[in-house]
Amino acid sequence: MATTGKVAGIISNLVMVKVDGPVSQNEICYIHFAGVKLMAEVIRIGALYAYLQVFESTRGLKTGTEVEFTGHLLEATLGPGILSKNFDGLQNDLNKMEGIFLRKGEYTHPLEPYKLWEFKPLAKEGDTVVAGSWLGEVTENWIPHKIMVPFILDGRYKVSKINSEGSYKIDDIIALLIDGKGDEYRVTMVQKWPIKIPIKAYREKPRPFNFMETGIRVIDCINPIVEGGTGFIPGPFGTGKTVLQHALSKQAEADMIVVAACGERANEVVELFSEFPELDDPRTGRKLMERTTIIANTSNMPVAAREASVYTAMTIAEYYRQMGLKILLLADSTSRWAQALREMSNRMEELPGPDAFPMDLPAIISNFYARAGYVRLHNEKTGSVTFIGTVSPAGGNLKEPVTEATKKAARCFYSLSQNRADSKRYPAIDAVDSYSKYLEYPEFIEFVSQTIAGNWIDQILEVKNILIRGNEAYEQINILGDDGVPIHYHEIFWKSEVIDFVILQQDAFDKIDASTPIPRQKYMMDKVLEVCNTAFTFNKFEEVNPYFKRIINVFKQMNYSEFQSEPFSNYEEELKSIINEKRKTEEQAV
Amino acid sequence: MEPIAFQKIYTHISQVTKATCSLHATGVGNEEMALVNDRLAQVVKIEGDLVTLQIFSGTEGIPTDSEVVFLGHAPQLPVSEELCGRFFNAYGHPIDGGPEVEGQLVEIGGPSVNPVRRKQPSELIATGIAGIDLNNTIVTGQKIPFFADPDQPYNQVMAMVALRAQADKIILGGMGITNDDYLFFKNVFENAGAIDRIISFVNTTEDPPVERLLVPDMALTAAEYFAVEKKQKVLVLLTDMTLYADALSIVSNRMDQIPSKDSMPGSLYSDLAKLYEKAVQFPDGGSITIIAVTTLSGGDITHAIPDNTGYITEGQLFLRKDTDIGKVIVDPFRSLSRLRQLVIGKKTREDHPQVMNTAVRLYADAANAKTKIENGFDLTDYDKRAMSFAREYSEKLLAIDINIEIDTMIDTAWKLFGKYFSYAEIGIKAELVEKYGTINQHKN
Repeated sequence: MATTGKVAGIISNLVMVKVDGPVSQNEICYIHFAGVKLMAEVIRIGALYAYLQVFESTRGLKTGTEVEFTGHLLEATLGPGILSKNFDGLQNDLNKMEGIFLRKGEYTHPLEPYKLWEFKPLAKEGDTVVAGSWLGEVTENWIPHKIMVPFILDGRYKVSKINSEGSYKIDDIIALLIDGKGDEYRVTMVQKWPIKIPIKAYREKPRPFNFMETGIRVIDCINPIVEGGTGFIPGPFGTGKTVLQHALSKQAEADMIVVAACGERANEVVELFSEFPELDDPRTGRKLMERTTIIANTSNMPVAAREASVYTAMTIAEYYRQMGLKILLLADSTSRWAQALREMSNRMEELPGPDAFPMDLPAIISNFYARAGYVRLHNEKTGSVTFIGTVSPAGGNLKEPVTEATKKAARCFYSLSQNRADSKRYPAIDAVDSYSKYLEYPEFIEFVSQTIAGNWIDQILEVKNILIRGNEAYEQINILGDDGVPIHYHEIFWKSEVIDFVILQQDAFDKIDASTPIPRQKYMMDKVLEVCNTAFTFNKFEEVNPYFKRIINVFKQMNYSEFQSEPFSNYEEELKSIINEKRKTEEQAV
Repeated sequence: MEPIAFQKIYTHISQVTKATCSLHATGVGNEEMALVNDRLAQVVKIEGDLVTLQIFSGTEGIPTDSEVVFLGHAPQLPVSEELCGRFFNAYGHPIDGGPEVEGQLVEIGGPSVNPVRRKQPSELIATGIAGIDLNNTIVTGQKIPFFADPDQPYNQVMAMVALRAQADKIILGGMGITNDDYLFFKNVFENAGAIDRIISFVNTTEDPPVERLLVPDMALTAAEYFAVEKKQKVLVLLTDMTLYADALSIVSNRMDQIPSKDSMPGSLYSDLAKLYEKAVQFPDGGSITIIAVTTLSGGDITHAIPDNTGYITEGQLFLRKDTDIGKVIVDPFRSLSRLRQLVIGKKTREDHPQVMNTAVRLYADAANAKTKIENGFDLTDYDKRAMSFAREYSEKLLAIDINIEIDTMIDTAWKLFGKYFSYAEIGIKAELVEKYGTINQHKN
């Protein structure tokens, strides 16, 4: 007999319920309200009442209303059909909902219960399997979607029957498993998993080391991220966080992208909805949407579901990781999620932590980031979830609780600078303030020196050094005046500007410049460092600025041209002749 | 609003605070409206049979034996064509002496639009102001505030935008505006002969502050009616959102909620987002565009109100007095329209994006040159040219009294580039320079 209860109190979306039986923390329940059921989650259990956060508006709700408890936690439904879907934070398929407006209590099936999938068995009868073992596969868009032993099963099982090749619906039984005691389990193509618990059906989780190409030069060339790594992008509003996230989702080297639009602007989500089905995926030649799943809980959608949305997204990412795929999970923005926690904690009148956020906020954030990673599965295949979250620091102040907590959890830090954004130097990532801890991983250093170039890491460090020296020179020039410093200060400064304009800045809206493949990045890096390492002769400081502006202009035209095309080579020739104009001759060098 | 016959009347209030009162009552719905001695109130909290009501006009003089009647519905607005040309208070009652509006009663603050049913905004709204059209193009379905100091002419600029913009309906939500400003808007709208497409909901500084909380929802409910039912392009003007947020903090304070940053309620982000996200482009042509005003104190945009607003809206516009030309300009550095990418270079000429960025970059160079002067350094030839450019750019394009077509704006920028700079200095794609520019490519 399921537990039921009656509504006893309402404060906004916090509802107190008097219950007649056992309830558990985070259990899901439904409030029967005016012919519909409102989904809610138990968030605290007191002596008198269970406290629920309702995932919908509670307008019109009255005391005495019936509540029905389900006995399970908030779960994601996992199976073929997740790709290309647009879900809300509770994994309702938004496209299946009727009408323009979201209706209270309307929940839709996340998958396609009637669709037939071509199933191909991978396991044989008699095989020993564990949770996460691959039983078979279906082709979903272009991904070989593995049908796995449910993660919830503990211990070893024997496959007693497996279906032969053929078309099945997701709820059809495709295999039977027998445990040590002889109990039989039926396996279909779908399984459920509680979203707040990490999926751990893998052998080990080693340190990540595989370079992950993003096509964004200021990331790849300066602070690279790895497959299975974590990164975060804090930035005041207007510094291009969202453009950067969109660029990452379009270009990053991943088999699947999960975007959690968490408490952000609806029009930005619409941009994903309308552009992704049109954009070509350079890696597969298909449409970008075919490898993307979007979880949209925009800022005007119910607050409680906002918190759920990041967990739903992470669970979906982990599920696909179990198939041996590389997943990139983007969450925009984790601050909104933290604010949702704050609103609830506030309504429950908990004692507040810093800035009225709940005390356990840092723990919640680091637990979440810890779910990303590179894993070796039981069958020796590897899979990964790379997680990049944005943070929207209140007042652009990086000392606020969410940014500080995230800084402790994430390994890459991409700091967006207001100054760079103001002077339209996009992407506005501050190359000097930002960091990537992976640059210190010996595994990573070895990996890139084999796959990109032996001197790649050295070049990264050199570039960073030139940028820092350029900053210093710029400060000196500002303090002492243009003619108050030696001419070579100008040269140092302008060399760092060359790196800034040619490598760091990138036009996300230009077809060619938007994404730079690694060989091209390496080529440009060599070219730029060649300029930086050339000694020039200038007679007076006024010559420095126009000269380097010419160099930058030619470089920029190169960035806008097809790699190794005729115009590209022409610009390269032009560059060579400009460099030779002022190159210090050997006599001068002596 | 008259109580319906045989309705239960409660006459015993057990608790009264500055903004709320509590009583024992049953069968009451959350967010339901009530009358307490004929003052409008709304249910904000129910605990067992103890119901807490927020009284909009304040609790001064409320006795414990007041008559309390529950109305059985959330705040409503009658919607129909009759709304046009009318002025209403925060409850949706006429304040222009005209009759009550007849129409379908709709609860305000209704549900959100399913994001997959939205269309990507793609239609630009021309205002003739180059600081907006050229640098920060506004698109239908967008929401964008002016971040302004209280002494800046933001209401005048808003009125100007409202009249020039090609919209079917203009809905003004005035929160805590002065009576003078209310009369200004009324005057401007009437004189422009545009009154038939304008609807106003006004709460002036003379009215109780908590009433303000209803104004934006009233305005947006009316907007939804015209955008959804009539498929019209609706422009909603909300001024001043800072006073709205202040009212939120008053209520949360009186309800003993723990304040977060700047003594604002912890839910400020969601509260503001619920309003601003009503801006939408529907697939069948209807749209709601929101232009709001958020006044700043001492230009501080890190305060919780502008800060949260900035994260919700699609950009922000700043006004600034340019002392070089003695006019108010739209600040090119700090202003940003995030949706401009959807139209510039697509609905406008292909050179628009690069021309816009280049002009702003050169303007920034001029600002650096100015700093040099302040620090007592000599200017280079380039610095001097940049400064002359900046002055003319400000005068011919940024000033808010400019009213020209977008193509003219772009051509004007090209002329200024050619007048002051060389080809290498502007760094625009060569093919665009050839096609539209008036610059000698070989001059260095």
